[in-house]
Amino acid sequence: MKNPLDSLWGTVISGLVLTVVLYYLARAIMGG
Amino acid sequence: MTWEFIHYGLGRWVHILFGVMWIGLLYYFNFVQVDAMKKAAADTPPTGAGITKHVAPLALFYFRWAAVGTWVMGAFLLGDKIDEAFLFREAAYVPIGIGAWLGTIMLFNVWVLIWPNQKKILGLKPASDEEKAKARRVAFLASRTNTMLSIPMIFFMSSSALFHRGLFGG
Repeated sequence: MKNPLDSLWGTVISGLVLTVVLYYLARAIMGG
Repeated sequence: MTWEFIHYGLGRWVHILFGVMWIGLLYYFNFVQVDAMKKAAADTPPTGAGITKHVAPLALFYFRWAAVGTWVMGAFLLGDKIDEAFLFREAAYVPIGIGAWLGTIMLFNVWVLIWPNQKKILGLKPASDEEKAKARRVAFLASRTNTMLSIPMIFFMSSSALFHRGLFGG
């Protein structure tokens, strides 16, 4: 499997996906 | 001038100034220089020597020290709430805590993975061709990792004040 960080688009999309994951994680920790 | 103004007014201002310089140079490296250097290396003869000699070392200087300045000013802003943020002790500090962790990982990447390997790539530290090739890959992936992490980091830094307005369901 190709490393998504080798391309700029892969890097940006990975960052956006991570943002969504961490957003829901933050809500879960906050009990929201 | 009150302490509150110095702490949250001037402190946040300087934190953002350093942050713009850090992330601006990170995006310059990732969105501009990497691609430009590839094209310069493909020229006959290669045309990237000026970037390697004059641009990259100066950009890296401001990049790595702006990273320190951003982190120090962020810690200053958190003040005595720094443990609440990093340990997620209070719900209100969870978003900024996640941003602070991301920024801390990025600072680690700058000083432990990017800068020591860039010194080999730029010839500031002696290295064989094999060591240079390995250093290039490590520095590249660490820089791309930071670009990826900057996206949620900026979200949590810029939106942490909104949690009480419902953004985080609080």
